[in-house]
Amino acid sequence: MNLLTVEALKVTIGSQPVVENVSFSLAPGEILGIVGESGSGKSMTALAIIGLLPEGACAEGAIEFDGRQILSMEESDLCDLRGDGIGMIFQEPMTALNPLMTIGDQVAETLMVHRRMRRGEALRIARDRLDRVGLTGDRFPLTLYPHELSGGQRQRVAIAMAIALRPRLLIADEPTTALDVTTQAGVLALLRDLARSEDMALILITHDLAVTAAMADRVAVMKDGIVVEDRPTEALFRAPAEGYTRALLHASLPRAPSAFPKYPPGVAAGDGGSAPATDAAGALLRVEHACRSYRLPRPRPFAPRPLRAAVDDVSFRLEAGESLGLVGPSGCGKSTLARAIVGLDRLDSGGITLAGTAVGPDMPAPARAAMQIVFQDPYGSFDPRQRVDTLIAEPFHLTGRPAGWRDRVGEALTDVGLSPGDGRRFIHEFSGGQRQRIAIARALITRPRLIVLDEAVSALDVRVRAQVLDLLERLQERHGLAYLFISHDLSVVGALTSRCLVMDAGRIVEDGPTARILTAPRHPATQRLVAATPKIPPGWLTPEENRR
Amino acid sequence: MARYLLTRSLMLCLSLLAASLVVFLAIEVVPGDPASYMLGMNAAPDTVAALRDQLGLDEPLAWRYLHWVFGMMRGDFGVSYTYKVPVAGLIADRLALSLPLAGLALALSAALALPLGLIAAARRGKAADAAVMGVAQIGIALPNFWFAMLLVLLFALRWQMLPAGGFPGWSDPVAALRSLILPAVALALPQAAILARVLRSALIETMDQDYIRTARAKGLSRSQALTRHALRNALIPVLTILGMQCAFLIAGAIIIENVFYLPGLGRLIFQAITQRDLIVVESGVMLLVVTVILVSFVTDLAYALVDPRLRRRG
Repeated sequence: MNLLTVEALKVTIGSQPVVENVSFSLAPGEILGIVGESGSGKSMTALAIIGLLPEGACAEGAIEFDGRQILSMEESDLCDLRGDGIGMIFQEPMTALNPLMTIGDQVAETLMVHRRMRRGEALRIARDRLDRVGLTGDRFPLTLYPHELSGGQRQRVAIAMAIALRPRLLIADEPTTALDVTTQAGVLALLRDLARSEDMALILITHDLAVTAAMADRVAVMKDGIVVEDRPTEALFRAPAEGYTRALLHASLPRAPSAFPKYPPGVAAGDGGSAPATDAAGALLRVEHACRSYRLPRPRPFAPRPLRAAVDDVSFRLEAGESLGLVGPSGCGKSTLARAIVGLDRLDSGGITLAGTAVGPDMPAPARAAMQIVFQDPYGSFDPRQRVDTLIAEPFHLTGRPAGWRDRVGEALTDVGLSPGDGRRFIHEFSGGQRQRIAIARALITRPRLIVLDEAVSALDVRVRAQVLDLLERLQERHGLAYLFISHDLSVVGALTSRCLVMDAGRIVEDGPTARILTAPRHPATQRLVAATPKIPPGWLTPEENRR
Repeated sequence: MARYLLTRSLMLCLSLLAASLVVFLAIEVVPGDPASYMLGMNAAPDTVAALRDQLGLDEPLAWRYLHWVFGMMRGDFGVSYTYKVPVAGLIADRLALSLPLAGLALALSAALALPLGLIAAARRGKAADAAVMGVAQIGIALPNFWFAMLLVLLFALRWQMLPAGGFPGWSDPVAALRSLILPAVALALPQAAILARVLRSALIETMDQDYIRTARAKGLSRSQALTRHALRNALIPVLTILGMQCAFLIAGAIIIENVFYLPGLGRLIFQAITQRDLIVVESGVMLLVVTVILVSFVTDLAYALVDPRLRRRG
């Protein structure tokens, strides 16, 4: 007897179908992975199951949970079912909790709403559930507020809320996409363990095929609102039947690391300006004993403000045309370092030079034009009211806008695989991957020597990510660019860089060829990162897939 | 929390100091000599000089500022040029009317706006929402003196339920309260309309937040999510508006005071300005400034009560 049966589910918003035809079933205690790219309809399917489709959405077909038809249920019965029979957690842990309520009250609320329990009793059980998800009472009292917790800890609170009543089905919609790999590994292990020990069925929705490999009993692949393939996990990985599944699988495999040095110093100074390409010793970027610390809030009034070293005595050099990876878990100081390298923040001590020029907030504009940065969020990093050509031409304020600037913009757009005509459009007309291409075009426009990529592909779907990584590689060849590629995800860094720095608690703990770091990490922090990266078991892949 | 209180209190003192300087200097640069104004156009120059001396107008600027500030701290606001009585008493009499009136109007405004904003947000896009927002739009658009006259016409003249104007004083509390009802309603209605709109849009914005979806996934109904989670989160913009209204209601009631012949603070200051009674103007304005600063101090504390994230910051 199935716990959940979805039959010919169709969801339309207005007249736009977002889920075309979805059928699958789930046995009690089974873990089903639903994999698909953004817009494939996987989240809408989940929301239909829990009866929380957005206003204006209309669902047809049949969803049967535990013998009851969900689509024809009254709203009040749905309220009784949600949180009791079916629990759900969402992607963004930073905003998923009410900022004004303590974590204890938020977990207890599930119990009070469904069981009419008194607050004291509910809080006692809440304590137990929080302990269960790894937030133990000694470090995480019930009186904490969400802002006092990290993203991974908040996701654990959300899980505690969803499992407070031991529901028979838990739906996790991209539960770890916003977390770094180490935190992701912890949350995934917890979900798997909960499903197994509490005999709870789990639907794990993700865009990352590799995540399902170690988690799911079965995987359903969705594309354009249709389930294209639904099979036991191992069978699906060993021999994907559909071309689309194969494409997804290939995009999630680690790519061959680039050979180093591709571009010996000197050759790389392609079409840059007149400034020297490197400093006297041949390095493009030189970071020497960089230190930066932040003042924390006073622990009590008039007490001195404690210091926290975000970047602690970091030194490295980057050759012209080299691509260098910088990896580390969130909070290790890599973003602070990145901001200092592009001259947005100053250092407390130490120095950074770019081709011999000192880098800092007051560096001369032409020197600044020699490096650009691409940020993570393709949605938040553009002014929505300006046309794309204006956005791309923005860095010209460093050098003065040349006469043929429109041609230069067109050239940059062509470079990143878009057409010059796209310059007259607005940013909302583009998809996430296209926006990231536009961000790269903006970085290219001043013909820089160094581009800092700060989690530049982390927000993208695997296939789009693979395309952008290909593009970055092509651009490097064509323009002799140097990349500093910052990420929490080792597999992404492995795709693009030949040398890699690992950062932990403000320090560089390991520095070496990327291939060696990926296969034989030496420092414990690196080993933790490598172990946490989701992997498809090598035995499930063909020899040629393994060679990639 | 202690740190938050400390920094806010420090800010309060600094604002008061800065405000007193600005008020004092602004009054100083106003053209026209109070002494010659009080004595009339044909006064002899030596009479004017004698009065200037008596009023202390010839003392150095800094000395007069300090004198004024320390006087106010002792409750000595000086003597009115025109009424020849202590300003403190004058203002105290007027406050006995203006403060209860403002409090009444504020309470009425909040009591009306809260349910209306909640209903409009809960029934967003439905008929109830459209009705509430339509009424609110009218409430904002109507000039409050016209609305006040309408109230007088209906409740005082036609139905004879409430007095049309005047204030009998607090010796008879019931009569005093009765005479404040119509002015309070006239003051409160436009404020309630604004507040209801702010609350509605804040609630609607909050209802789109991820944590509301989380609450719904826990099994809360839409209205439970609205009252348990959204309302408190939507309170910050509402508190901001409420603080601004509080200050406005104390100082800005002058039109309504005129319609109802109420001896309030607004009218006192207005008359003092036309009579160039600078001492009264200065003290009255300073009092209003102090009220505004105190209200925003209280608003800041209310923020911290609502939002735990603010308690940690300074």
